[in-house]
Amino acid sequence: MSARPSSAGIGLRNLTVAYRGYPAVHHLSGEFASGSLTAVVGPNGAGKTSLLAAIMGQVRPSGGEVLTSIGAQGRIAWLPQQAEIDRSFPIRVFDLVALGHWARVGAFRGINATQRDAVYRALEAVGLAGFERRTIAELSAGQFQRVLFARVLLQDAPVILLDEPFNAIDARTTADLLAVVARWHAEARTVIAVLHDLEQVRLHFDQTLLLARRCVAWGPTSEVLHAENLFLARQMAEAWDEDAPLCREAA
Amino acid sequence: MTAGAWLVEPFATYGFMRRALVATLSLSLGSAPLGTLLVLRRMSLVGDAMGHALLPGAAVGFLIAGFSLAAMSLGGFVAALSVALAAGFVTRVTSQREDASFAAFYLIALALGVLLVSTHGSSVDLMHLLFGSILAVDDAALILMASVAGISLLLLAVIYRPLLVECLDPGFLRNVGGWGHIVHGLFLVLTVANLVAGFQALGTLMAVGLMMLPALAARFWATEVWNLALVAASISVVSGAVGLLLSFHVQWPSGPSIVLVAGGFYLLSLAFGPRDGLVSQRLYFHPHRKA
Repeated sequence: MSARPSSAGIGLRNLTVAYRGYPAVHHLSGEFASGSLTAVVGPNGAGKTSLLAAIMGQVRPSGGEVLTSIGAQGRIAWLPQQAEIDRSFPIRVFDLVALGHWARVGAFRGINATQRDAVYRALEAVGLAGFERRTIAELSAGQFQRVLFARVLLQDAPVILLDEPFNAIDARTTADLLAVVARWHAEARTVIAVLHDLEQVRLHFDQTLLLARRCVAWGPTSEVLHAENLFLARQMAEAWDEDAPLCREAA
Repeated sequence: MTAGAWLVEPFATYGFMRRALVATLSLSLGSAPLGTLLVLRRMSLVGDAMGHALLPGAAVGFLIAGFSLAAMSLGGFVAALSVALAAGFVTRVTSQREDASFAAFYLIALALGVLLVSTHGSSVDLMHLLFGSILAVDDAALILMASVAGISLLLLAVIYRPLLVECLDPGFLRNVGGWGHIVHGLFLVLTVANLVAGFQALGTLMAVGLMMLPALAARFWATEVWNLALVAASISVVSGAVGLLLSFHVQWPSGPSIVLVAGGFYLLSLAFGPRDGLVSQRLYFHPHRKA
């Protein structure tokens, strides 16, 4: 059982997330070490997004707990799946990225010259220099994903959660954004990314959690992504088992 | 009659016209930004629902205290807010969408209101409640409208950023520290307060018109929230003034005149607005760059 993790690590102790009694994440224990770069992979319905939501504190675990020593909510930056953002909302790219300063400026204060520069630099870092004045409706899906990465850059959080960040993104944008992820890793931030492309995981992520509601394997990517483990993960039935007895597994 | 006289004389000569002008000015300033935000939050019809939901409260106020502004306003405020809260509650605890719950509760409220007025009052009273009488606005009503407009603008300025983020990206707001429910609640309270302020002058049905039509028209002109609200408020103010003049010169009822002028602005914007207007989409030649 993992102890309370140091600095920016995240421990899971026997974590179960269930919806109407059906487990989405089932008795998961382990630790995302501080500064680690972990890919979470698994079939659809394996509980990947539920796991991130539990780490964010947005769903209440039905059992076990998430252990973090970072406390304040704002210290985890989260890039949601195909962002639940209304793309027709009339806001300029600059203003959306500047929201990354929220932890420092909050709901009321303005941003100063340094923070303004930081917005420009974040946009430069994701290859969108010169896009500040565009409205978000005028961006392609890939450009919009870059904007969201720029906002996460500004949030300057010790822990970063990415939920399928490269879905529907072309190869070049993916490469650019993977470079941003590598930079976060080099800065010793804890990065957890839900991904589907196993080749990408093998190349860019040193730790992998293979999830099929339960943990199938968790450790160095080369050891986790074995044919045998992947076969096990695929065996997970996607349908809810209506006859499944109540789980009595001890904590 | 010269154009100048047509425009100025009614206001210069008649006190009730000046009061009506100030009334529409206050209503415009308060409700235009709220209408803009309702549109952005995909709640365009919720304004309408809340406008109707006022009715039973206003009717109860009327039955208890007669044609008293305070009683009717308070009743209307409580009724519309209850409908908003009930709809919000059902949305949170069930999987029903907010617009569905709003529809259910406002229809109940509306039927209740019509029942109350028709069993206990006359059809003249019902017409008053539904269509208001801006040419008979008294001091108390003017003060109410101006206060509601002032408070709305100040409070909106305070909750502006979280309110916009809650609408744009609610997940992000939850991530960085909540605020969402409080801001949403305050927003609903302000919307109800503005509809209540408007119903004395324009009636429960027409008050929503002055809130929504300018905001919808603004979408064809502006690109950001602040300038959307600015365009909406300007259209609203001009609609109020022109509507009053039409009502004076042609002897149309004032409420519908004002809302119809706002509707005219909407149709003009739809046709000629530079952003997505029909003419700009079809007729103008749009040159494009080489790269």
